[in-house]
Amino acid sequence: MSLVELSNVVKRFGALTVLDEASLSVEQGEIVAIIGRSGSGKSTLLRCVNGLEAIQSGRIVVDGTVVNEPGTDLRALRQRVGIVFQSFNLFPHLSVERNITLAPRVVKHMPASDARALALAVLRKVGLEEKIDAWPDQLSGGQQQRVAIARSLAMSPHLMLFDEITSALDPELVGEVLKVLEEMAREGMTMMLVTHEMGFARRVAHRVVFMHKGKVWEQGRAAETLAKPNTPELETFLASVLH
Amino acid sequence: MIRDLSYIDVLYLIAAMRWTLALTAIAFLGGGLVGIVVALLRTANWAPLRWLGAIYVHGVQGTPLLAWLFVFFFGLSIVGITVSPWLAAAAAYSIYAGAFLGEIWRGCLQAIARTQWEAGASLGLSTAQQLRYVIVPQAVRIAIPPTVGFLVQLIKNTSLAAVIGFVELTREGQLTTATTFRPFTVYLIVAALYFALCFPLTRWSRRLEGRLHVAR
Repeated sequence: MSLVELSNVVKRFGALTVLDEASLSVEQGEIVAIIGRSGSGKSTLLRCVNGLEAIQSGRIVVDGTVVNEPGTDLRALRQRVGIVFQSFNLFPHLSVERNITLAPRVVKHMPASDARALALAVLRKVGLEEKIDAWPDQLSGGQQQRVAIARSLAMSPHLMLFDEITSALDPELVGEVLKVLEEMAREGMTMMLVTHEMGFARRVAHRVVFMHKGKVWEQGRAAETLAKPNTPELETFLASVLH
Repeated sequence: MIRDLSYIDVLYLIAAMRWTLALTAIAFLGGGLVGIVVALLRTANWAPLRWLGAIYVHGVQGTPLLAWLFVFFFGLSIVGITVSPWLAAAAAYSIYAGAFLGEIWRGCLQAIARTQWEAGASLGLSTAQQLRYVIVPQAVRIAIPPTVGFLVQLIKNTSLAAVIGFVELTREGQLTTATTFRPFTVYLIVAALYFALCFPLTRWSRRLEGRLHVAR
């Protein structure tokens, strides 16, 4: 069974249909890049996976949990599904260590001493061990985003969602964040990432999913799909982002 | 009997400040408890709770505090319930301060970006945990200056409790004026005493506002 299974998902914001019968499945260990114009529904699709957005119809199953049922324990699901946002969303009133250890301590009741060791371990993965006692506003955008990734990793997720995580960064800071993602890819993390970095998608993703008008319009192996799109819509999109 | 104003009258006025302070403390504590409930109602996810909060706030903000004091003190005694001035004042001031503090704190809770709630929720925190560990610590920082500002208003509004028999600072001033017939001097002293209470608070609130520009 797939780790993530979205079937005919419909999501509306008022009169606007953002997801229109979108279907997608992601296997364990797979890295899926979701691309498309702004407004195509790609971020919304991602946010439906961990239940941040409620859907109108369809079915979403993640890691054995049906996300869109009234009785679903979303808190339990979210401990296994990490998400990193475009705007980092670190907690500005907490140090880097407390940002990372808040959920392990509060949700998983981890003792303080173990929590600090955990913070160091995940910071090592993103190359920021020395920033454990820093405050978010003392870090560059790239460093903040790496801390946000570390914060998600501290919950040992089975799946990571990345919502345009390099879009708010200065160009020279994008590389350090993508490097972290590549490292996670090598370790076998299942990842779904909404991205505008076509080069990164081609290099790291196993599969590319092109969203258009709220539907999964075209998908396939990353290098092939990006080199030889089947639909004119993807062709037009690629032409507009690559030139 | 008109007698001269002496330093003993000034001491009486200073002594009367304790009732002003006690009333302020009661109003602030009672109002704070009500205010927390109001702020949570006003920011609740379920619309009927928000409406309940809104009805309360608009109802109280649209009626004079004096009316609430009358209702609890004289109104209840007419229907046969005897209420001590303390209880009547505590009830009226809690209702009044609760509406204003609730509105102030609602604004502070809502000033925290929705993405902070989302970040907490995405880590598996419950709504209560998101409030406690993520939202409230940030909202408190923004809330301190306007809360202190309201406290200053509250100190001055305790003078209304004179109508139900409290001899607090303003009432003591009236009594002193009646016996000495020196209204100008007496009320200047009364004003100076209020100022001595309020001015340090206002200064403190300004300082806090300045410090808010730092993120933590």
